[in-house]
Amino acid sequence: MQIEITVNGTTESHDVEARTLLVYYLRDAVGLKGTNIGCDTTSCGACTVLLNGQSVKSCTVLAAQVAGDEVTTIEGMALEDGRMHPVQQAFQECHGLQCGYCTPGMVMAITSLLAENPEPTEEYIRLGLEGNLCRCTGYHNIVAAALAASGAPEMHQ
Amino acid sequence: MIPASFDYVRVGSADEAIGLLSEHGEDAKLLAGGHSLLPLMKLRLAQPSLLVDIGPLREFSYVTDEEDYLAVGALTRHHDIAVSPLTLSSVPLLAHVAGQIGDPQVRHRGTIGGSICHGDPASDLPAVLLALGATFVARGPNGQREIDAKDFFVSFFEVALKPDELLVEIRVPRPSDARWGFEKLTKRAQDWAIVGAVAVRSASGVGVGLINMGPVPLRSGAVEAAVLSGANAAEAAQFAAEGTEPSADFNGSVAYRQHVARVLVRRALEKAGV
Ligand SMILES: Cc1cc2nc3c(=O)[nH]c(=O)nc-3n(C[C@H](O)[C@H](O)[C@H](O)COP(=O)(O)OP(=O)(O)OC[C@H]3O[C@@H](n4cnc5c(N)ncnc54)[C@H](O)[C@@H]3O)c2cc1C
Ligand code: FES
Ligand code: FES
Repeated sequence: MQIEITVNGTTESHDVEARTLLVYYLRDAVGLKGTNIGCDTTSCGACTVLLNGQSVKSCTVLAAQVAGDEVTTIEGMALEDGRMHPVQQAFQECHGLQCGYCTPGMVMAITSLLAENPEPTEEYIRLGLEGNLCRCTGYHNIVAAALAASGAPEMHQ
Repeated sequence: MIPASFDYVRVGSADEAIGLLSEHGEDAKLLAGGHSLLPLMKLRLAQPSLLVDIGPLREFSYVTDEEDYLAVGALTRHHDIAVSPLTLSSVPLLAHVAGQIGDPQVRHRGTIGGSICHGDPASDLPAVLLALGATFVARGPNGQREIDAKDFFVSFFEVALKPDELLVEIRVPRPSDARWGFEKLTKRAQDWAIVGAVAVRSASGVGVGLINMGPVPLRSGAVEAAVLSGANAAEAAQFAAEGTEPSADFNGSVAYRQHVARVLVRRALEKAGV
Protein backbone atom coordinates (compact mmCIF):
# COMPACT_ATOMS: atom_id res chain seq x y z
CA MET A 1 0.00 0.00 0.00
CA GLN A 2 1.08 3.56 -0.69
CA ILE A 3 1.91 5.34 2.57
CA GLU A 4 2.60 9.04 2.85
CA ILE A 5 4.37 10.32 5.96
CA THR A 6 6.04 13.68 6.54
CA VAL A 7 9.55 12.80 7.65
CA ASN A 8 11.75 15.64 8.90
CA GLY A 9 9.53 18.11 7.10
CA THR A 10 9.61 16.34 3.72
CA THR A 11 6.62 14.43 2.40
CA GLU A 12 7.61 10.83 1.74
CA SER A 13 5.43 8.42 -0.21
CA HIS A 14 6.39 4.78 -0.52
CA ASP A 15 4.69 1.57 -1.57
CA VAL A 16 5.18 -0.82 1.35
CA GLU A 17 3.41 -3.81 2.84
CA ALA A 18 0.76 -3.12 5.49
CA ARG A 19 2.91 -4.97 8.03
CA THR A 20 5.87 -2.62 7.56
CA LEU A 21 6.96 -1.21 10.89
CA LEU A 22 7.72 2.50 11.04
CA VAL A 23 11.39 1.83 11.80
CA TYR A 24 11.78 -0.17 8.57
CA TYR A 25 9.85 2.46 6.62
CA LEU A 26 12.34 5.04 7.86
CA ARG A 27 15.47 2.93 7.41
CA ASP A 28 14.69 0.99 4.25
CA ALA A 29 12.04 2.91 2.30
CA VAL A 30 13.17 6.46 3.15
CA GLY A 31 16.81 5.46 3.61
CA LEU A 32 17.43 7.22 6.91
CA LYS A 33 19.62 4.84 8.91
CA GLY A 34 20.06 7.04 11.98
CA THR A 35 17.21 5.34 13.82
CA ASN A 36 18.63 2.15 15.31
CA ILE A 37 16.97 -1.15 16.08
CA GLY A 38 18.13 -2.64 19.36
CA CYS A 39 15.78 -5.09 21.04
CA ASP A 40 12.95 -5.06 18.48
CA THR A 41 10.60 -5.72 21.44
CA THR A 42 9.63 -2.22 22.66
CA SER A 43 12.13 -2.39 25.52
CA CYS A 44 15.34 -0.53 24.69
CA GLY A 45 14.24 2.74 23.12
CA ALA A 46 16.99 2.74 20.45
CA CYS A 47 14.31 3.16 17.79
CA THR A 48 12.67 6.19 19.43
CA VAL A 49 11.48 8.89 17.02
CA LEU A 50 9.10 11.81 17.42
CA LEU A 51 5.56 11.32 16.15
CA ASN A 52 3.81 14.68 15.97
CA GLY A 53 6.35 15.86 18.53
CA GLN A 54 5.98 12.98 21.01
CA SER A 55 8.46 10.16 21.55
CA VAL A 56 7.37 6.71 20.33
CA LYS A 57 9.19 3.43 19.73
CA SER A 58 9.15 3.00 15.97
CA CYS A 59 9.62 -0.79 16.20
CA THR A 60 6.10 -0.99 17.64
CA VAL A 61 4.22 1.31 15.27
CA LEU A 62 3.07 0.36 11.80
CA ALA A 63 3.96 2.86 9.10
CA ALA A 64 0.31 2.59 8.03
CA GLN A 65 -0.85 3.78 11.46
CA VAL A 66 0.92 7.11 11.06
CA ALA A 67 0.06 7.88 7.43
CA GLY A 68 -0.42 11.63 7.16
CA ASP A 69 1.44 12.30 10.40
CA GLU A 70 4.75 14.03 11.08
CA VAL A 71 7.78 12.03 12.09
CA THR A 72 11.11 13.47 13.19
CA THR A 73 14.25 11.32 13.26
CA ILE A 74 17.75 12.14 14.46
CA GLU A 75 18.57 13.33 10.91
CA GLY A 76 15.95 16.06 11.32
CA MET A 77 17.33 17.47 14.55
CA ALA A 78 20.06 19.86 13.41
CA LEU A 79 19.10 23.54 13.45
CA GLU A 80 18.42 25.36 10.19
CA ASP A 81 21.84 26.99 10.18
CA GLY A 82 23.47 23.57 10.39
CA ARG A 83 24.40 23.72 14.06
CA MET A 84 23.55 20.77 16.23
CA HIS A 85 20.31 20.75 18.15
CA PRO A 86 20.85 21.79 21.80
CA VAL A 87 20.24 18.21 22.97
CA GLN A 88 22.86 16.89 20.54
CA GLN A 89 25.24 19.67 21.54
CA ALA A 90 24.74 18.82 25.20
CA PHE A 91 25.52 15.14 24.55
CA GLN A 92 28.82 16.20 23.01
CA GLU A 93 29.69 18.62 25.79
CA CYS A 94 28.69 16.33 28.64
CA HIS A 95 30.22 13.22 27.08
CA GLY A 96 26.77 11.63 27.02
CA LEU A 97 27.72 8.80 24.69
CA GLN A 98 30.32 6.11 24.29
CA CYS A 99 29.50 3.62 21.52
CA GLY A 100 26.59 5.81 20.44
CA TYR A 101 24.15 3.05 19.68
CA CYS A 102 21.50 4.29 22.11
CA THR A 103 22.17 7.95 21.34
CA PRO A 104 19.67 8.71 18.56
CA GLY A 105 16.87 7.22 20.67
CA MET A 106 18.11 9.03 23.78
CA VAL A 107 18.20 12.37 21.96
CA MET A 108 14.66 11.91 20.66
CA ALA A 109 13.32 10.73 24.03
CA ILE A 110 14.93 13.68 25.82
CA THR A 111 13.65 16.16 23.24
CA SER A 112 10.14 14.89 23.90
CA LEU A 113 10.61 15.03 27.68
CA LEU A 114 11.87 18.61 27.51
CA ALA A 115 8.97 19.64 25.27
CA GLU A 116 6.58 18.33 27.92
CA ASN A 117 8.53 19.85 30.81
CA PRO A 118 11.03 22.58 29.87
CA GLU A 119 12.25 22.94 33.47
CA PRO A 120 12.84 19.37 34.54
CA THR A 121 14.25 18.00 37.74
CA GLU A 122 16.88 15.28 37.65
CA GLU A 123 14.25 12.83 38.90
CA TYR A 124 11.91 13.71 36.03
CA ILE A 125 14.67 12.99 33.51
CA ARG A 126 15.69 9.71 35.16
CA LEU A 127 12.10 8.45 35.34
CA GLY A 128 11.41 9.72 31.84
CA LEU A 129 14.29 7.71 30.40
CA GLU A 130 13.15 4.40 31.86
CA GLY A 131 12.33 3.17 28.37
CA ASN A 132 15.80 3.87 26.99
CA LEU A 133 18.66 1.49 27.73
CA CYS A 134 22.35 2.31 27.47
CA ARG A 135 24.95 -0.41 27.85
CA CYS A 136 27.92 1.94 28.06
CA THR A 137 27.61 5.18 29.93
CA GLY A 138 25.95 4.34 33.23
CA TYR A 139 23.44 7.08 32.39
CA HIS A 140 24.95 9.85 34.53
CA ASN A 141 26.26 11.85 31.61
CA ILE A 142 23.09 11.30 29.63
CA VAL A 143 21.07 12.78 32.49
CA ALA A 144 23.61 15.61 32.76
CA ALA A 145 23.22 16.28 29.02
CA ALA A 146 19.45 16.40 29.31
CA LEU A 147 19.65 18.88 32.18
CA ALA A 148 22.25 20.99 30.36
CA ALA A 149 20.09 21.06 27.22
CA SER A 150 17.07 22.19 29.20
CA GLY A 151 18.94 25.37 30.05
CA ALA A 152 19.94 26.10 26.44
CA PRO A 153 18.33 29.26 25.07
CA GLU A 154 17.23 27.50 21.85
CA MET A 155 15.05 25.15 23.93
CA HIS A 156 13.03 28.07 25.20
CA GLN A 157 12.30 29.78 21.92
CA MET B 1 10.69 -9.33 13.76
CA ILE B 2 7.89 -8.58 11.36
CA PRO B 3 4.26 -9.63 11.76
CA ALA B 4 2.68 -12.13 9.38
CA SER B 5 0.85 -10.51 6.47
CA PHE B 6 -2.60 -9.04 7.05
CA ASP B 7 -5.09 -6.77 5.37
CA TYR B 8 -5.32 -3.34 6.90
CA VAL B 9 -8.24 -0.94 7.04
CA ARG B 10 -8.10 2.44 8.70
CA VAL B 11 -11.68 3.24 9.64
CA GLY B 12 -13.38 6.62 9.61
CA SER B 13 -16.14 5.81 12.11
CA ALA B 14 -17.09 3.43 14.91
CA ASP B 15 -19.88 2.04 12.74
CA GLU B 16 -17.44 1.20 9.97
CA ALA B 17 -15.32 -0.71 12.50
CA ILE B 18 -18.34 -2.59 13.85
CA GLY B 19 -19.43 -3.43 10.28
CA LEU B 20 -16.01 -4.90 9.50
CA LEU B 21 -16.01 -6.89 12.74
CA SER B 22 -19.50 -8.26 11.96
CA GLU B 23 -18.40 -9.23 8.48
CA HIS B 24 -15.05 -10.84 9.34
CA GLY B 25 -15.69 -12.27 12.81
CA GLU B 26 -12.73 -13.78 14.63
CA ASP B 27 -10.34 -13.17 11.71
CA ALA B 28 -10.45 -9.44 12.32
CA LYS B 29 -8.77 -7.59 15.20
CA LEU B 30 -9.15 -4.01 16.29
CA LEU B 31 -5.93 -2.02 16.49
CA ALA B 32 -5.86 0.93 18.91
CA GLY B 33 -2.39 2.00 20.08
CA GLY B 34 -0.97 -1.37 19.06
CA HIS B 35 1.27 -1.61 22.11
CA SER B 36 -0.12 -4.95 23.19
CA LEU B 37 -1.26 -6.35 19.87
CA LEU B 38 1.73 -5.51 17.67
CA PRO B 39 4.29 -7.16 20.01
CA LEU B 40 2.13 -10.31 19.94
CA MET B 41 1.89 -10.15 16.16
CA LYS B 42 5.64 -9.68 15.82
CA LEU B 43 6.14 -12.85 17.87
CA ARG B 44 3.44 -14.51 15.72
CA LEU B 45 1.43 -15.22 18.86
CA ALA B 46 -1.41 -13.41 17.09
CA GLN B 47 -2.00 -13.60 13.33
CA PRO B 48 -5.22 -11.77 12.48
CA SER B 49 -5.98 -11.68 8.77
CA LEU B 50 -7.53 -8.22 9.02
CA LEU B 51 -6.46 -5.30 11.19
CA VAL B 52 -9.15 -2.71 11.74
CA ASP B 53 -7.28 0.43 12.79
CA ILE B 54 -9.47 2.51 15.10
CA GLY B 55 -6.53 4.74 16.04
CA PRO B 56 -7.78 7.61 13.85
CA LEU B 57 -11.11 7.83 15.73
CA ARG B 58 -9.93 10.71 17.88
CA GLU B 59 -13.55 11.53 18.82
CA PHE B 60 -13.12 8.70 21.35
CA SER B 61 -10.17 10.44 22.97
CA TYR B 62 -11.43 12.64 25.80
CA VAL B 63 -11.84 13.08 29.52
CA THR B 64 -15.05 14.85 30.53
CA ASP B 65 -16.94 15.51 33.72
CA GLU B 66 -20.43 14.03 33.79
CA GLU B 67 -22.90 14.35 36.62
CA ASP B 68 -22.13 11.08 38.41
CA TYR B 69 -18.86 10.03 36.87
CA LEU B 70 -15.74 10.94 34.95
CA ALA B 71 -16.12 9.83 31.32
CA VAL B 72 -12.98 8.65 29.54
CA GLY B 73 -13.03 7.83 25.83
CA ALA B 74 -11.70 4.36 25.05
CA LEU B 75 -9.06 5.73 22.70
CA THR B 76 -7.59 8.16 25.22
CA ARG B 77 -3.88 7.54 25.52
CA HIS B 78 -2.25 6.86 28.89
CA HIS B 79 -0.21 10.07 28.67
CA ASP B 80 -3.28 12.20 28.01
CA ILE B 81 -5.08 10.67 31.00
CA ALA B 82 -2.03 11.20 33.22
CA VAL B 83 -1.77 14.92 32.43
CA SER B 84 -5.48 15.73 32.11
CA PRO B 85 -6.32 18.44 34.68
CA LEU B 86 -9.76 16.86 35.06
CA THR B 87 -8.38 13.41 35.90
CA LEU B 88 -5.82 14.95 38.21
CA SER B 89 -8.45 16.88 40.13
CA SER B 90 -11.34 14.43 40.23
CA VAL B 91 -9.78 10.93 40.12
CA PRO B 92 -6.06 11.49 40.85
CA LEU B 93 -5.58 7.73 41.35
CA LEU B 94 -6.38 7.15 37.69
CA ALA B 95 -3.99 9.89 36.57
CA HIS B 96 -1.25 8.52 38.81
CA VAL B 97 -1.56 4.94 37.54
CA ALA B 98 -1.86 5.96 33.88
CA GLY B 99 1.38 7.89 34.42
CA GLN B 100 3.18 4.78 35.71
CA ILE B 101 2.45 2.47 32.78
CA GLY B 102 5.52 1.31 30.90
CA ASP B 103 7.54 4.36 29.88
CA PRO B 104 6.77 7.71 28.19
CA GLN B 105 6.96 6.20 24.70
CA VAL B 106 4.46 3.48 25.64
CA ARG B 107 2.19 6.06 27.27
CA HIS B 108 2.23 8.18 24.11
CA ARG B 109 0.70 5.28 22.15
CA GLY B 110 -1.18 2.92 24.46
CA THR B 111 -4.86 3.59 25.14
CA ILE B 112 -7.05 2.91 28.14
CA GLY B 113 -9.47 0.92 25.96
CA GLY B 114 -6.67 -1.29 24.66
CA SER B 115 -5.43 -1.91 28.20
CA ILE B 116 -8.87 -3.06 29.28
CA CYS B 117 -9.85 -5.08 26.20
CA HIS B 118 -6.54 -6.92 26.04
CA GLY B 119 -7.56 -8.71 29.25
CA ASP B 120 -4.02 -9.10 30.58
CA PRO B 121 -4.19 -9.71 34.38
CA ALA B 122 -0.78 -8.02 34.71
CA SER B 123 -2.09 -4.70 33.38
CA ASP B 124 -2.48 -1.87 35.86
CA LEU B 125 -5.64 -0.05 34.84
CA PRO B 126 -8.12 -2.97 34.98
CA ALA B 127 -7.55 -3.58 38.72
CA VAL B 128 -7.75 0.15 39.40
CA LEU B 129 -11.05 0.45 37.50
CA LEU B 130 -12.38 -2.59 39.38
CA ALA B 131 -11.49 -1.02 42.72
CA LEU B 132 -13.15 2.24 41.66
CA GLY B 133 -16.29 0.40 40.52
CA ALA B 134 -16.12 1.65 36.93
CA THR B 135 -18.59 0.86 34.15
CA PHE B 136 -17.60 0.17 30.54
CA VAL B 137 -19.70 1.16 27.54
CA ALA B 138 -19.61 -1.17 24.53
CA ARG B 139 -21.06 -0.43 21.12
CA GLY B 140 -22.21 -3.12 18.68
CA PRO B 141 -24.48 -3.50 15.68
CA ASN B 142 -27.54 -3.11 17.93
CA GLY B 143 -26.40 -0.05 19.85
CA GLN B 144 -24.71 0.50 23.19
CA ARG B 145 -24.71 -1.43 26.45
CA GLU B 146 -23.07 -0.93 29.81
CA ILE B 147 -20.93 -3.60 31.43
CA ASP B 148 -19.84 -3.48 35.07
CA ALA B 149 -16.08 -3.73 35.44
CA LYS B 150 -16.64 -6.68 37.78
CA ASP B 151 -18.38 -8.63 34.98
CA PHE B 152 -15.94 -7.65 32.24
CA PHE B 153 -12.85 -9.76 32.86
CA VAL B 154 -13.86 -13.31 31.98
CA SER B 155 -10.61 -15.27 31.94
CA PHE B 156 -6.96 -15.05 30.88
CA PHE B 157 -6.90 -12.57 27.94
CA GLU B 158 -10.67 -12.90 27.57
CA VAL B 159 -13.20 -10.13 28.18
CA ALA B 160 -16.99 -9.85 27.97
CA LEU B 161 -17.07 -8.03 24.62
CA LYS B 162 -18.78 -9.79 21.72
CA PRO B 163 -16.62 -10.22 18.61
CA ASP B 164 -18.46 -7.37 16.88
CA GLU B 165 -18.35 -4.94 19.80
CA LEU B 166 -16.16 -1.93 20.36
CA LEU B 167 -15.41 -0.43 23.75
CA VAL B 168 -16.21 3.28 23.49
CA GLU B 169 -16.22 4.76 26.99
CA ILE B 170 -15.10 4.14 30.55
CA ARG B 171 -17.23 5.67 33.31
CA VAL B 172 -15.35 6.20 36.52
CA PRO B 173 -17.18 7.11 39.73
CA ARG B 174 -15.71 10.06 41.61
CA PRO B 175 -15.87 9.05 45.26
CA SER B 176 -15.74 12.25 47.26
CA ASP B 177 -12.90 12.71 49.74
CA ALA B 178 -11.31 9.49 48.52
CA ARG B 179 -7.88 8.54 49.75
CA TRP B 180 -5.95 5.92 47.85
CA GLY B 181 -2.78 3.91 47.54
CA PHE B 182 -1.21 2.18 44.54
CA GLU B 183 1.70 -0.23 44.93
CA LYS B 184 3.47 -2.08 42.15
CA LEU B 185 6.43 -4.42 42.48
CA THR B 186 8.74 -4.62 39.47
CA LYS B 187 12.32 -5.80 39.18
CA ARG B 188 13.20 -3.50 36.31
CA ALA B 189 11.97 -0.04 35.44
CA GLN B 190 9.28 -0.04 32.74
CA ASP B 191 8.08 -3.57 33.52
CA TRP B 192 4.64 -4.96 34.19
CA ALA B 193 3.82 -5.63 37.84
CA ILE B 194 5.05 -8.89 39.36
CA VAL B 195 2.25 -8.10 41.80
CA GLY B 196 0.33 -4.87 42.24
CA ALA B 197 -2.29 -3.61 44.67
CA VAL B 198 -4.64 -0.66 44.77
CA ALA B 199 -6.86 0.59 47.58
CA VAL B 200 -9.49 3.33 47.56
CA ARG B 201 -11.21 4.48 50.75
CA SER B 202 -14.01 7.02 50.76
CA ALA B 203 -17.27 7.83 52.50
CA SER B 204 -19.02 5.51 50.06
CA GLY B 205 -16.92 2.45 50.94
CA VAL B 206 -13.67 0.71 50.18
CA GLY B 207 -12.28 -0.88 47.02
CA VAL B 208 -9.21 -3.12 46.85
CA GLY B 209 -7.82 -4.41 43.56
CA LEU B 210 -5.06 -6.90 42.80
CA ILE B 211 -2.83 -6.99 39.72
CA ASN B 212 -1.34 -10.25 38.40
CA MET B 213 -2.76 -12.44 41.17
CA GLY B 214 -4.78 -14.79 38.95
CA PRO B 215 -6.03 -15.24 35.39
CA VAL B 216 -8.02 -11.99 35.66
CA PRO B 217 -7.57 -8.72 37.55
CA LEU B 218 -9.18 -9.16 40.96
CA ARG B 219 -11.16 -7.23 43.49
CA SER B 220 -10.45 -8.48 46.99
CA GLY B 221 -13.79 -8.92 48.74
CA ALA B 222 -12.16 -10.47 51.80
CA VAL B 223 -9.91 -7.47 52.46
CA GLU B 224 -12.76 -5.05 51.80
CA ALA B 225 -15.04 -6.90 54.26
CA ALA B 226 -12.32 -6.81 56.91
CA VAL B 227 -11.85 -3.06 56.49
CA LEU B 228 -15.58 -2.44 56.68
CA SER B 229 -15.77 -4.45 59.89
CA GLY B 230 -13.12 -2.24 61.47
CA ALA B 231 -9.83 -4.04 60.84
CA ASN B 232 -6.72 -1.87 60.49
CA ALA B 233 -4.48 -2.06 57.40
CA ALA B 234 -2.19 -4.79 58.74
CA GLU B 235 -5.09 -6.94 59.91
CA ALA B 236 -7.12 -6.56 56.73
CA ALA B 237 -4.09 -7.20 54.49
CA GLN B 238 -3.76 -10.71 55.95
CA PHE B 239 -6.73 -11.65 53.77
CA ALA B 240 -5.12 -10.36 50.55
CA ALA B 241 -4.18 -13.78 49.17
CA GLU B 242 -7.59 -15.26 49.78
CA GLY B 243 -9.16 -16.57 46.57
CA THR B 244 -6.10 -15.70 44.46
CA GLU B 245 -4.48 -18.08 41.98
CA PRO B 246 -1.33 -16.34 40.81
CA SER B 247 0.91 -18.08 38.32
CA ALA B 248 4.44 -19.16 39.16
CA ASP B 249 7.19 -17.99 36.82
CA PHE B 250 10.78 -16.76 36.87
CA ASN B 251 9.64 -13.68 38.78
CA GLY B 252 8.29 -15.63 41.71
CA SER B 253 6.47 -18.66 43.07
CA VAL B 254 2.82 -18.74 44.06
CA ALA B 255 3.74 -18.41 47.75
CA TYR B 256 6.04 -15.45 47.01
CA ARG B 257 3.35 -13.62 45.06
CA GLN B 258 0.80 -14.24 47.81
CA HIS B 259 3.24 -12.88 50.38
CA VAL B 260 3.94 -9.82 48.25
CA ALA B 261 0.20 -9.26 47.79
CA ARG B 262 -0.26 -9.10 51.58
CA VAL B 263 2.60 -6.62 51.89
CA LEU B 264 1.46 -4.40 49.02
CA VAL B 265 -2.18 -4.42 50.12
CA ARG B 266 -1.11 -3.33 53.60
CA ARG B 267 0.92 -0.45 52.15
CA ALA B 268 -1.88 0.56 49.79
CA LEU B 269 -4.42 0.49 52.63
CA GLU B 270 -2.14 2.58 54.83
CA LYS B 271 -1.79 5.18 52.10
CA ALA B 272 -5.56 5.14 51.69
CA GLY B 273 -5.87 6.04 55.36
CA VAL B 274 -7.19 2.70 56.63
C1 LIG C 1 7.27 -1.98 26.80
C2 LIG C 1 5.85 -1.99 27.28
C3 LIG C 1 5.61 -1.83 28.63
C4 LIG C 1 4.30 -1.85 29.12
N1 LIG C 1 4.12 -1.72 30.45
C5 LIG C 1 2.87 -1.77 30.95
C6 LIG C 1 2.63 -1.62 32.34
O1 LIG C 1 3.56 -1.42 33.14
N2 LIG C 1 1.35 -1.69 32.78
C7 LIG C 1 0.30 -1.86 31.93
O2 LIG C 1 -0.84 -1.90 32.39
N3 LIG C 1 0.48 -1.98 30.61
C8 LIG C 1 1.74 -1.94 30.10
N4 LIG C 1 1.92 -2.06 28.75
C9 LIG C 1 0.75 -2.24 27.86
C10 LIG C 1 0.23 -0.91 27.40
O3 LIG C 1 -0.48 -0.29 28.44
C11 LIG C 1 -0.68 -1.07 26.18
O4 LIG C 1 -0.75 0.16 25.59
C12 LIG C 1 -2.09 -1.48 26.46
O5 LIG C 1 -2.12 -2.67 27.18
C13 LIG C 1 -2.86 -1.74 25.19
O6 LIG C 1 -3.33 -0.55 24.65
P1 LIG C 1 -3.25 -0.31 23.09
O7 LIG C 1 -4.09 0.87 22.80
O8 LIG C 1 -1.85 -0.27 22.67
O9 LIG C 1 -4.04 -1.61 22.53
P2 LIG C 1 -3.79 -2.52 21.25
O10 LIG C 1 -2.50 -3.22 21.34
O11 LIG C 1 -4.08 -1.75 20.02
O12 LIG C 1 -4.99 -3.55 21.47
C14 LIG C 1 -4.95 -4.50 22.53
C15 LIG C 1 -6.17 -5.41 22.41
O13 LIG C 1 -7.37 -4.73 22.73
C16 LIG C 1 -8.27 -4.71 21.62
N5 LIG C 1 -8.85 -3.36 21.61
C17 LIG C 1 -8.16 -2.19 21.64
N6 LIG C 1 -9.01 -1.15 21.71
C18 LIG C 1 -10.26 -1.67 21.73
C19 LIG C 1 -11.57 -1.09 21.81
N7 LIG C 1 -11.76 0.22 21.89
N8 LIG C 1 -12.63 -1.95 21.79
C20 LIG C 1 -12.46 -3.28 21.72
N9 LIG C 1 -11.26 -3.88 21.65
C21 LIG C 1 -10.16 -3.08 21.66
C22 LIG C 1 -7.44 -5.05 20.42
O14 LIG C 1 -8.20 -5.70 19.43
C23 LIG C 1 -6.38 -5.98 21.01
O15 LIG C 1 -6.89 -7.26 21.14
C24 LIG C 1 3.20 -2.02 28.22
C25 LIG C 1 3.44 -2.16 26.86
C26 LIG C 1 4.74 -2.15 26.38
C27 LIG C 1 4.96 -2.31 24.92
S1 FES D 1 14.23 -1.50 19.03
FE1 FES D 1 12.39 -0.51 19.50
S2 FES D 1 12.45 -0.42 21.64
FE2 FES D 1 14.23 -1.57 21.20
S1 FES E 1 26.51 4.78 24.44
FE1 FES E 1 26.66 2.67 24.01
S2 FES E 1 24.64 1.99 24.38
FE2 FES E 1 24.59 4.00 25.11
